[in-house]
Amino acid sequence: MMALPPRFTKWFTSRDWQIHPHQQDMLNRADAPALLLIAPTGGGKTLAGFLPTLTELANGAHDGLHTLYVSPLKALAADIKRNLRTPVAEMGLPIRIEDRTGDTSYTQKRRQRADPPHILLTTPESLALLTSYEDAPRMFAGLQRVIIDEIHALSESKRGDQLMLAVSRLQSMAPGLRRVGLSATVEDPQAIARELARNPDPCPILLADPGPDPDISMLVTQQKPPWSGGGAKYAIAEVLQQVKQHKTTLIFHNTRAQAEIFFHNLWLANTDDLPIGIHHGSLAREQRERVEAAMVAGDLRAIVCTGSLDLGIDWGDVDLVIQIGAPKNVKRLVQRIGRANHRYNAPSKALLVPANRFEVVECVAALEAVKEHDLDGDPKGPGPRDVLCQHILIRAAAGPFDADTLFNEFKTVGAYTTLTRAAFDDCLDFCATGGYALRAYDKWKRLLQNADGTWQLRDPRAAQRIRMNIGTIQDTDTLKVRMRGNSKPLGEVEEAFAATLTPGDTFLIGGQIVRYEGLREMTVEVSRRADKTPKIATFMGTKFANSTQLSQRILRMFQQPNWPQLPEHTAEWLTLQREVSQLPEADRILVESFGYEDREYTCIYGFAGRNAMQTLGMLLTQRMEELHLHPMGFVATDYATLIWGLDPVPDPTPLFRAPDLREGFENWLGGNAVMKKTFRGSATIAGLIERNLPQARKSGRQATFSSDILYDTLSKYDPDHLMLQITREEAMRGLVDFGRIEEMLARTAGRVDHVKPDHVTPLAAPLFLEVGRIPIKGAAQDRLMEDVAAGMMAAAGLTEL
Amino acid sequence: MTSHSFTLCDTRCQALPSGALFLPDHDTLCVSDLHLGKSDRIARRSGTMLPPYEVQATLEKLENDINATTPATLICLGDSFDDLTAAMNLSDDTQIWLRRLQAGRQWIWIEGNHDPGPVDLGGTHLAAIRVGTLTFRHIATAEKAEVSGHYHPKHQLAGRSRPAFIYDRNRLILPAYGTYTGGLNSNAPDLRKFFEAKAIAVLTGTKAIPVPLSTPPRPRTFRPF
Repeated sequence: MMALPPRFTKWFTSRDWQIHPHQQDMLNRADAPALLLIAPTGGGKTLAGFLPTLTELANGAHDGLHTLYVSPLKALAADIKRNLRTPVAEMGLPIRIEDRTGDTSYTQKRRQRADPPHILLTTPESLALLTSYEDAPRMFAGLQRVIIDEIHALSESKRGDQLMLAVSRLQSMAPGLRRVGLSATVEDPQAIARELARNPDPCPILLADPGPDPDISMLVTQQKPPWSGGGAKYAIAEVLQQVKQHKTTLIFHNTRAQAEIFFHNLWLANTDDLPIGIHHGSLAREQRERVEAAMVAGDLRAIVCTGSLDLGIDWGDVDLVIQIGAPKNVKRLVQRIGRANHRYNAPSKALLVPANRFEVVECVAALEAVKEHDLDGDPKGPGPRDVLCQHILIRAAAGPFDADTLFNEFKTVGAYTTLTRAAFDDCLDFCATGGYALRAYDKWKRLLQNADGTWQLRDPRAAQRIRMNIGTIQDTDTLKVRMRGNSKPLGEVEEAFAATLTPGDTFLIGGQIVRYEGLREMTVEVSRRADKTPKIATFMGTKFANSTQLSQRILRMFQQPNWPQLPEHTAEWLTLQREVSQLPEADRILVESFGYEDREYTCIYGFAGRNAMQTLGMLLTQRMEELHLHPMGFVATDYATLIWGLDPVPDPTPLFRAPDLREGFENWLGGNAVMKKTFRGSATIAGLIERNLPQARKSGRQATFSSDILYDTLSKYDPDHLMLQITREEAMRGLVDFGRIEEMLARTAGRVDHVKPDHVTPLAAPLFLEVGRIPIKGAAQDRLMEDVAAGMMAAAGLTEL
Repeated sequence: MTSHSFTLCDTRCQALPSGALFLPDHDTLCVSDLHLGKSDRIARRSGTMLPPYEVQATLEKLENDINATTPATLICLGDSFDDLTAAMNLSDDTQIWLRRLQAGRQWIWIEGNHDPGPVDLGGTHLAAIRVGTLTFRHIATAEKAEVSGHYHPKHQLAGRSRPAFIYDRNRLILPAYGTYTGGLNSNAPDLRKFFEAKAIAVLTGTKAIPVPLSTPPRPRTFRPF
């Protein structure tokens, strides 16, 4: 057992603290090349990660960078800096701690490269940027340890892949580098350990005491949840009551739009003027920082938030977490609940508030899963190659490199251990020449091979452009919103949303209703408006797909003869669905067809998760297009796909023939919106498209053109191109999820029940308010456009000039 | 009938769904803003290597329109090349292809802001040309009876935005014909200023669809789909 130096013991004693067993474990194993700690929130996880570093640095003998700390959030890096400087100051340790994120000033950043601190706190993107400089080897030469915080969150996206590639670079520059991962509770710690360690190093996993089970239940409300919608307005009074009864409440929402609406309604009902704030990713930084500061100071009684507060910033005394809307994923729910009560070994208190009737069922299923410690999650595929391409470019920006060395580095990264040399060479060729079948760029290659075999940028000035495009976070095109006559932005909305606005329209942002005045230099100008009901801002937050485990739980619950665990109103609703139509079963596909206003609707209950249901929507509308049923669009949720069009579907059974669906899938992969969206993301990461920088967009005008055109052109002239291969892999994995369609087809084996009720059914109703509708650009679109156009011409009296 | 026929200053015009303009009485086909060699220019200047197929895609489209209309005269209304270096860098195959398209007809290169000088690719190089009652030049002026390009107009209808012709009694602006071209929204003041209120936008696509350029604001009602 590694004893704590006296200075540390004294400090612990002075605070009346005792070292936790897992903190001691981390200290004992400080020399392990890789180490993963799984601990609940509030378990002293961060200190456990830093203790070995603090003790190693205590004697002041180390010169230069010793430990690099990487977290998914800038704010988290800043928070850790504060929390770490306190013990360091109190123990009088000779340790310099600084953070480096997108918010760090230019001068500070330059100084950090010349004279790095002992401990540098940063994000995956800032780290990738650091490795792109020529002086990186000098800066990282003495690096002893890298601590990756919230590694479970990073691991869920390409940010984790990019980070581990950067770490493989660091390892080459600092061979003695040790890796530490800090994670919340996950279903498969081994998978994260494999990603963390340098392949084939072992990675021991330390499990902290998970603490007592949370105190979690569904909020009881006077009013019944509505049939549909996501606002949970009905629960405002009870939520406010809970806020009054607790010190600080976090109110989580699944999307930013829902958070805005809820905050607005909460504010209207807040007659006692309780201090309540709102925090989400679309708000301007200043706005968010103000809320964060008030939260830390203990000035807020509640904060309405989204995933932007999912991660481990210490928000002071949170004693209640309220989740509005179904949690979709048990693991995430458990992690969110952990945000309440940062005191170790005290149960976290949480309340679930379903936004509508269906979510009541989802919430109860999730509660049961939490009680049974049944966490969900799907295994990840091999590391994505678009991230690899970006890494090759980053490597090239840092100076000439040897392809064999780089390939060997890649093979040490857990996610890329199965990478073949051929696949690597394709990526390198893509970076160098574009990788096209038509060898067009002999003169203008991006990378050139030197006489000694190493590779380097043809034009060294390209390094700057590569740096500006670093990162894997796909940002939708957003526009800043600001009050007319005020330069400070309120936040952002999606460009597509802004395009739908006409002067006079009102929407919610940052908790206030504003009136759209006009677009000025790529900024949405608004004025204050207090008296109107808003048109809703549709900026999308992250949408989670319901996990397979939760979907199966719900289907099992549907088969109960009655539902004692559900509130009466929900049980009645399901009973009504059983009377009007029927309840979906796991081994059959339920299809409902009905008319509403002047459209024909078809609702398919497949319970395959949002992404797969979306793909199913694509495939079915394609088949319907072939059958001249004029589908116009569809919307998909975790449990169903709702298709609308001009004609009814007479018999859905043939639509679900597996061979037809598979063939349709092959054809469909060619030209559809999801693939184009996926292509855009991957092509941006791989460096084929430059990020839409605001200044480029401002001046770009006719110069920029849609990435859809690139996708169509490549598909037509170079269908085997690397970018299309990547797009396909990508789509199969995430957005397309054909695997879950196959699973659905297997469990239902062609058993289709077609019900034709007179009107919208209880289960189908919620789909009518879903956002994220996908239009079909088929015959119906053309027909509709022509109809609209003819009507407009006639109305304007413009049939002939 | 997939094209849209109209009369501009006594000259009969057909807006083809491809974005080309055909004057049946003059056997003249006009295309604007081909931007050939765009991928070459971008690679040269930024290092980004876009799929180098836009020349092929654009010329295939042009060949289809030529086959369908067999024009005696073809006018390329400026910005035919993304820059003059891109024009010089066109592959031998492309040059042969262009000469094949030029064979047996008068071929006019109108100069644009991207390609201000003559190119060594056959045809006649001009700043502007008059056909019937109409003057063809790259950038619109205050002159009446004018056909121009340059602005890459796009128009939105039923939630979709497509490259579009815009015309009124006095002038016509063509959409960009090249594959790698973006567009300027038809409500942009820079574009709007050329037209009177009763102007028409013709959307391109599978069919040329005419709509009024300006529509009176309709009362907006909430309708889920």
